[in-house]
Amino acid sequence: MYKLLLCWRYLRTRWIALASVISVTLGVATMIVVNAVMAGFANEMQTRIHGILSDLVFESHSLSGFQDPVWHMEEIERAAGDQIAGMTPTVAVPAMLSFQVRNQWVTRQVMFIGIDPATHAQVSDFGQYLQHPANRQQLSFDLREGGYDTIDSQSPTETPTRPALEHAGWPHRRMRVERERLWKERMEAQADQAGPTRPVDQQVEAVLAATPADEPANNNSETAPTEPATPALPPQNPFQAARPEPQGRTMDPAREQFTGIVPGIGLASFRNREGIDQFLTLPGDDVKITFPTAGTPPKAVSDTFTIVDFYESKMSEYDSNFVFVPINALQRMRGMIDPQTGIPSVNSIQIRLKPGANLNEVRDKLRQVFPADLYAIATWRDKQGPLLSAVDMEMAVLNILLFLIIAVAGFGILAIFFMIVVEKTRDIGILKALGATAAGIAGIFLGYGLFLGLVGAGAGLALGLGITWNINQIRQAVEWCTGARVFDPSIYYFFQIPTIVNPATVGWIIVGAVLIAIGSSVLPAVRAARLHAVEALRHE
Amino acid sequence: MNEPLLRTDTAAMLETRQVLKRYKSGSTTLEVLRGVDFRLPQGGFTAVVGQSGSGKSTLLHLMGLLDAPDGGEVLLEGRRIDNLSAVERDRLRNTAIGMVFQAYHLLPELTAVENVLTPLLIRHSIWNWFTRRRQARLEAEELLDRFGLAGRLHHRPRQLSGGEMQRVAIARALITQPRVLLADEPTGNLDEESGAGIIEALDELNRDRGLSIVLVTHDAGIARQARSIVRLTAGRVETVAPAA
Repeated sequence: MYKLLLCWRYLRTRWIALASVISVTLGVATMIVVNAVMAGFANEMQTRIHGILSDLVFESHSLSGFQDPVWHMEEIERAAGDQIAGMTPTVAVPAMLSFQVRNQWVTRQVMFIGIDPATHAQVSDFGQYLQHPANRQQLSFDLREGGYDTIDSQSPTETPTRPALEHAGWPHRRMRVERERLWKERMEAQADQAGPTRPVDQQVEAVLAATPADEPANNNSETAPTEPATPALPPQNPFQAARPEPQGRTMDPAREQFTGIVPGIGLASFRNREGIDQFLTLPGDDVKITFPTAGTPPKAVSDTFTIVDFYESKMSEYDSNFVFVPINALQRMRGMIDPQTGIPSVNSIQIRLKPGANLNEVRDKLRQVFPADLYAIATWRDKQGPLLSAVDMEMAVLNILLFLIIAVAGFGILAIFFMIVVEKTRDIGILKALGATAAGIAGIFLGYGLFLGLVGAGAGLALGLGITWNINQIRQAVEWCTGARVFDPSIYYFFQIPTIVNPATVGWIIVGAVLIAIGSSVLPAVRAARLHAVEALRHE
Repeated sequence: MNEPLLRTDTAAMLETRQVLKRYKSGSTTLEVLRGVDFRLPQGGFTAVVGQSGSGKSTLLHLMGLLDAPDGGEVLLEGRRIDNLSAVERDRLRNTAIGMVFQAYHLLPELTAVENVLTPLLIRHSIWNWFTRRRQARLEAEELLDRFGLAGRLHHRPRQLSGGEMQRVAIARALITQPRVLLADEPTGNLDEESGAGIIEALDELNRDRGLSIVLVTHDAGIARQARSIVRLTAGRVETVAPAA
């Protein structure tokens, strides 16, 4: 009983010991915050990855793919149908995307993915990453009249961060066509007045000739694959009329569109320092894409497409890499449809499993049915394994490092406890004289350590959770005070710092901190217990 | 000449037989006690006197089980106690032996009444304590009241005078209802008047309650208050005499 009383009195009269506990508090708080933020990021990343990759991916090794996805899907259904919620075929090929910003052509290397608009949303969260509310309901590759979100639907903020999207869609397309027409007229008028063509005019002419929206028909049908920026249209394009020849059917870009595509938002925009997204190109603009045909060796073909929406998974790897297109258009352009039978080929089949189904079990079942030398079957975790394990390892290393902070705090407790034992030597002698056992004396100091550990860990818990739950307000306050951006939205695609507090992790942190506090009081406690009563009583 | 005190029919309250105690410091060995025979009868009140360094405090520590002899025996009521296990000796210190020191040795963090209660706190587990703390607290307050400290129950030691602290220390020694009280120069730090008060209190305890007391002092005047006097010189008993 005296142990409790003395612990309590020492705790109340020895504030210096609490100083040693501050480092425990800070360590615990830091670990809680860092773990919450890391878990938040990891979780965000996993949802994003999972959002674009379906549960299981069934792929061919070859770029040309395998024939007859319907038959394959039936086979898959037969092998593991009871656990499958949905399937959709896709075709993915590497490609070059070129679009015009003012008078320059910007070319990006992309993954060109043909998807089935009707079924793709069933196997992944693809739909909810689009910018037009109607497309989130049901994706359409037809350009919308307008109504694109100016506020990011995934992390709503007060102020629109994408003002440029307000006029996107047909209004933007009509305006652009009109502007280009006026510009051309003015240039032609100037050219007529100036007589002989001046170099600047030639330049303007060249640029205009290269603008697909203005000049949808360009008779240069064959393009070298190394120069995707060069205007080119594949033969199947029906709008073949060349500019100087007004006769024949000319596409009216103000009323018609090319095949719709949905590029990743990172391909077409960047976020500025104010957190506003600046767009290089908008839904309604036309772009050129060069991609390989099926067959050996692949030939590069190129076509014009119209952007109908943007895709934003918030995984920059995907958002700056993926361009989606209707699967049948891509199959046709790549020559993946058998001319005799009309049976198409696909690269892969995306499979979504029913909730609660075992990913690896279904994968193994399918691997038994389909030969591994023809098909690669992997779960989304397999596909992103290195990334996910890298994040796990990062967290583990970080936790070890942060735990060392608490361990250092343990040495502080050790030192202060030794001081207290020396200071209290006489009292220890008194207690021994009054009949306290060695274990009892040790118990005072162990209990004291336990108290300090609990106080430190408790305060750390409160502080850590407080910071975690208000981290975005704290960020705003810091930004307001310093004027510097702590969490730059132009680097991250989140507007808020995501956090997840995992009770088990918090529990382990608390237990660890308390154990360290107790552990570092063991040595002083043993020393106190071993003190010789007479010598302790003589101590001044 | 020790004969009359060494052998009697009834077992002595506290007895030492040829106890030896040496302190080693480096290569030199200091023999503090060189075979001391000491006997405190039941209800006795013996003063141990001697010069500084004569070993009187060491003898008291051996009898109070704060230290172990290098030879000889210590007996409590005829039973040998110096060779008991550490836990047993702790228990005896807590229940059978009360100790009072020159420097009072109160715990500075605790109030007067809490200091008095300390031995009982040590004795009882948490659960036991909660069932009997009311009783214990009453006893402690009564004891302090008897020593004229009724108004000082909740003062810390540093708020008390030397005489008051020593009276608290005696109350602490008595709360366990010990069989023997060992007092090590209890008046050493006190002025004459306070010291006289303390000795008077001890005398009263011995007379009224029959408490056996060993009083270590270097003050011959105080020693004369005891029933008998044992003089130690250089680690040996020199004379045993009834007090004047």
